[in-house]
Amino acid sequence: MPATVPAVDLAPRVFSRDVADHLVPTGREEEWRFTPLKRLRGLTDGSAVLESTPAIDVVAEGFTVDTVAMDDPRVGASLTPSDIIAARAMSVAPAATVLALAAEGSGRADVTIDGRGAGASHLIIEFGPFSAGTVVVRHRGHATLAQAVEIRVADSASGTVVFWQDWDRDTVHAATHHAQLGRDARLMMGHITLGGDLVRILPQVSYTATGGDAELLGLTFADAGQHLESRVFVDHDTPQCRSSVLYKSALQGDEAHTVWVGDVLVRAEATGIDTYEVNRNLILTDGARADSVPNLELETGEIVGAGHASATGRFDDEQLFYLQARGIPADLARVLVVRGFFTDVLGRLGVPEIADEVMSTVDSRLGIDRVAAGLLEEEAE
Amino acid sequence: MSTLEIHNLHASVETDGGEREILRGVDLTVSSGQTHAVMGPNGSGKSTLAYVIAGHPKYKVTDGTITLDGANVLEMSVDERARAGLFLAMQYPVEIPGVSVSNFLRTSATAVRGEAPKLRLWIKEVKESMAALSMDPSFADRSVNEGFSGGEKKRHEILQLELLKPKIAVLDETDSGLDVDALRIVSEGVNRFQADGTTGTLLITHYTRILRYIHPDFVHVFVDGRIVESGGPELATQLEEHGYERFARAGSGA
Repeated sequence: MPATVPAVDLAPRVFSRDVADHLVPTGREEEWRFTPLKRLRGLTDGSAVLESTPAIDVVAEGFTVDTVAMDDPRVGASLTPSDIIAARAMSVAPAATVLALAAEGSGRADVTIDGRGAGASHLIIEFGPFSAGTVVVRHRGHATLAQAVEIRVADSASGTVVFWQDWDRDTVHAATHHAQLGRDARLMMGHITLGGDLVRILPQVSYTATGGDAELLGLTFADAGQHLESRVFVDHDTPQCRSSVLYKSALQGDEAHTVWVGDVLVRAEATGIDTYEVNRNLILTDGARADSVPNLELETGEIVGAGHASATGRFDDEQLFYLQARGIPADLARVLVVRGFFTDVLGRLGVPEIADEVMSTVDSRLGIDRVAAGLLEEEAE
Repeated sequence: MSTLEIHNLHASVETDGGEREILRGVDLTVSSGQTHAVMGPNGSGKSTLAYVIAGHPKYKVTDGTITLDGANVLEMSVDERARAGLFLAMQYPVEIPGVSVSNFLRTSATAVRGEAPKLRLWIKEVKESMAALSMDPSFADRSVNEGFSGGEKKRHEILQLELLKPKIAVLDETDSGLDVDALRIVSEGVNRFQADGTTGTLLITHYTRILRYIHPDFVHVFVDGRIVESGGPELATQLEEHGYERFARAGSGA
């Protein structure tokens, strides 16, 4: 049995595109300790046969869309896998899809990744210098998916990328979503995870020049039996950059499990940076479990700010009292608080086209009848 | 015609040092068409009275009764009380992130009225009520009480009062933290609510300044968990001139 060596810092220890360079996890490793490995259907140990590539449909305006071979220089230009599943995704995926927004361009792309069984996918999203655009990646269908995504936001570009995990209940999805920010680049990266049996996503951010500004937002709703895990890693290795992380999850039902790990590493050279991360978990019923691990490691004190906050709990009695004191029955009051908890994140994401559909899913999970409750959204003029 | 009757009300709160009695035998009757002012020094328990009427779970009623038109209020849940026609305008309204004022108001009105109000009429109703309280229409899109100034919170409470039209309204220190303009606007809202004589108001306050705008029919001095003296508006004038000192002695001697 190999000895477990404590990590010396929060950075993943192995970066390699070669599957053989990564150890097959046993579950004792810090980065795997919350994940039910058996439910990953062989994505870690390689027993999964990944031959059903998911169907990708792209509706794009302003973006060019290409399919490139895996030896194309754009593949792996900014992402080097930090775990065996991302490495496997890059070794198995038959091709990569590249969405690119030209310099000074603006655009919008809606990507649907439709699962069709066990497979791998590699997606590249590039925002050219001074461009501004939004990409929504919607995952649906049933799949066992190993995935690698690399996002490159060039100098002074501003990008929004939202990953919406709208999977069928039986899906397993393990992914690394890495973003690289150039000088004065801005990125909002959102993860809305509602579906799937086991979803484990590693949102990662790194910077190549000063002035990069990354905002990471997450919304997770775990129902009975779902394991929904987010492991954020922000690598501050460049001065004068900013990161802001806000992940919220709600849980209901037996064995509903969410995991949020927020690793933020501020390296010695990253002076003048500003980082803040927040995780909030709302436990709606007995039998659900939320793990929340903020990790902030500072190798320099010459920074603007660094902080984290994490809170897991049940409903705020005062909020419920206030709503009930306005005649709203207790059950509906709880629903309103949960909706509010999520609309807060959706509002920040600023993609109203999907917000309503996401809230419909949330409402149906909560068992709410919008019209009977007097909620306005759908009928408002 | 509605009547809220409070008789020999005792209530306590759980503290680290055990149970502490805060209300010690309150008797008070508020009927439609009447405005009652309950005035008392800090810590006298007057806000507790407001919260006990609304049914806050923090307080335990150990003796006495509260009825609304004969129905036992103490047996009702918080939301049942509101639907029965009681309203509490809170001193510190709670922030509810992500729940828009418009959704909140409509859900609340739907619950209290028993059916969703017709949308077109509802939008007009809200717009007019907001305008009367000098509230910007953009207010409706904000999250409930989140980032509201003190004045905005109180206006939002009175907006709800006007839209929900309770039988009996309890206003807990609605005047606190308001500048003169906001105090006037809020008071006018309460007077509009009270104008047609079908509703009753119980105004809880520490200071007399709100009584320049809202004229009570009855004034009660509240000290040490109970009413120690009741009278007409002249009692408020006395309090304005002499403060609570005389009554504080009466309370401690009781």
